[in-house]
Amino acid sequence: MTNPYVPILVLMGAAALLALGGIGASAVIGPKVYSRAKLEAYECGIQPTPHAIGHGRFNIKYYLVAMTFIVFDIEVVFLYPWAVAFSDLAVFGVVAMLGFLALITVPYLYEWRRGALNWD
Amino acid sequence: MNHQVVADFSNDTWWIWVIKAVAIIVFLLLNVLIAIWAERRILGRMQIRPGPNVHGPLGLFQSLADAMKLLLKEDMTVKAADKFVYVLAPLITVFASLLVFAVIPFGPEVSMFGVVTPLQLTDTPVAVLYVLAVTSFGVYGIMLGGWASGSTYPLLGSVRGTAQVISYELAMGLSLVSVFVVSGSMSTSAIVAAQAPFWWCLALLPAFLVYVVSMVGETNRLPFDLPEAEGELVAGHMTEYSSMKFAWFFLAEYINMFNVSAVATTLFLGGWRAPWPISAIGDGMFNEGWWPFLWFFLKMWSLMFFFFWVRGTLLRFRYDQFMNIGWKILIPTALVWLVAVIGVQSVRQFAEVDLRQMLIWIGIPLAVLLLALVFWPEKKKPEPVAAGPVVFDPMADGFPVPPLPGQQLPPAPRRRTVSAGSVVAGATAGPETKETGDE
Repeated sequence: MTNPYVPILVLMGAAALLALGGIGASAVIGPKVYSRAKLEAYECGIQPTPHAIGHGRFNIKYYLVAMTFIVFDIEVVFLYPWAVAFSDLAVFGVVAMLGFLALITVPYLYEWRRGALNWD
Repeated sequence: MNHQVVADFSNDTWWIWVIKAVAIIVFLLLNVLIAIWAERRILGRMQIRPGPNVHGPLGLFQSLADAMKLLLKEDMTVKAADKFVYVLAPLITVFASLLVFAVIPFGPEVSMFGVVTPLQLTDTPVAVLYVLAVTSFGVYGIMLGGWASGSTYPLLGSVRGTAQVISYELAMGLSLVSVFVVSGSMSTSAIVAAQAPFWWCLALLPAFLVYVVSMVGETNRLPFDLPEAEGELVAGHMTEYSSMKFAWFFLAEYINMFNVSAVATTLFLGGWRAPWPISAIGDGMFNEGWWPFLWFFLKMWSLMFFFFWVRGTLLRFRYDQFMNIGWKILIPTALVWLVAVIGVQSVRQFAEVDLRQMLIWIGIPLAVLLLALVFWPEKKKPEPVAAGPVVFDPMADGFPVPPLPGQQLPPAPRRRTVSAGSVVAGATAGPETKETGDE
């Protein structure tokens, strides 16, 4: 049995070729007309209010979403191997996993009650 | 149960891999061209207008013409952009979107150029994890694209898009766990094989529903297309992109729709297996050879039609409503459903109980509970006590202001009262309301 990941590498090569080829082709074919206004940031035609890279501002709620995501994503990732080995681990695995789910649910409910999931 | 891959790839050689890989990419590109045309035609029909119908038969060449036009446009980089990341972002997006189909089974073993091989590029024991990993990788394209543009709207669109995609990925990931529990495998070919008796979309209906909602959120499609809400954010993270860089973002969006549709087909709709009445014909002859490719194609396209249908039907959600659905409805539903599946499955495998009776006794209360949770009315705050009738003063700010709905002009002091005989037919309202009409 050959390594099942080698065909994925072949597909990756083809996909990268297509992606790079498309951008390369348009860079070669397309016209090049310089215009200062064209290279400004677009803000619906009004004078743009540009910000340096990394200095843009956005709501801090997005960070909260990201942190909550990490907690739950790790939970999900822990669930996968157990789900596959469900019948091998038998009752021990079920009890352990239900305990784990309960443990994760407590902070989830806490977060919900504290209003961290509310978007205002 | 079998944890391993069911499909047999032992005959594959390097040139079979190359043929399959190129075939997958060509298949996706052609499908996207048709999907763009189909979406515009179908939306046109839904909105009682023709849609594109000029170029080629039925306007079929419209999207091809659009693609050629994009290729011939100027490829520019905005001044404020971080050059390297700006170019990298669309590359990542399209690259990641093309990879998902590597593990999607199109059909069983067929004879291809004299080699007997499954109609699938490859399969691994953790194929679905690979799918999730690759789709998550695609988020980098959205995030970096908006960040590297050095402009306000793209940045806002990209943080929105990232928050949206990761939120809905959780619900999606949780809904898939029950499929793995009942299939006992994460390999796509094994999951399709496990659905031979019946499809998981029937057995695991709540998980399927959660998946369907989250797949629309995951691909940033209407009604969840908040990262590129035109009225607010111009075009979201792709505002500053032109030419093929924009085309890659656009292409990736459509390929991602095909990706989630194909994953839904494989995990919930029986994969390449023929639907029930057809599968019984001729001792399963329609489940062999090249026929399954047709079933897979039809299932995938019916989900695509669902995408278009939803787009033609529903309005865009507000961002807080959208996040509420994800975090407060989909994730709890998926968790409760997962616990239910765990319970049923453990009794089925580890205890000696009559399964049908147990399912009925557990399933009905649980379904009622779930429905109650979903439709539970939100606690309403007591309505503020209505203040007494406020006298509307049209000259309050020193200049006359027309009354808003609900406000009434005070009666004009010098106005002559209308005699009963001169009232025009239809204008039965009093003089005040007549004056406050839509002027």
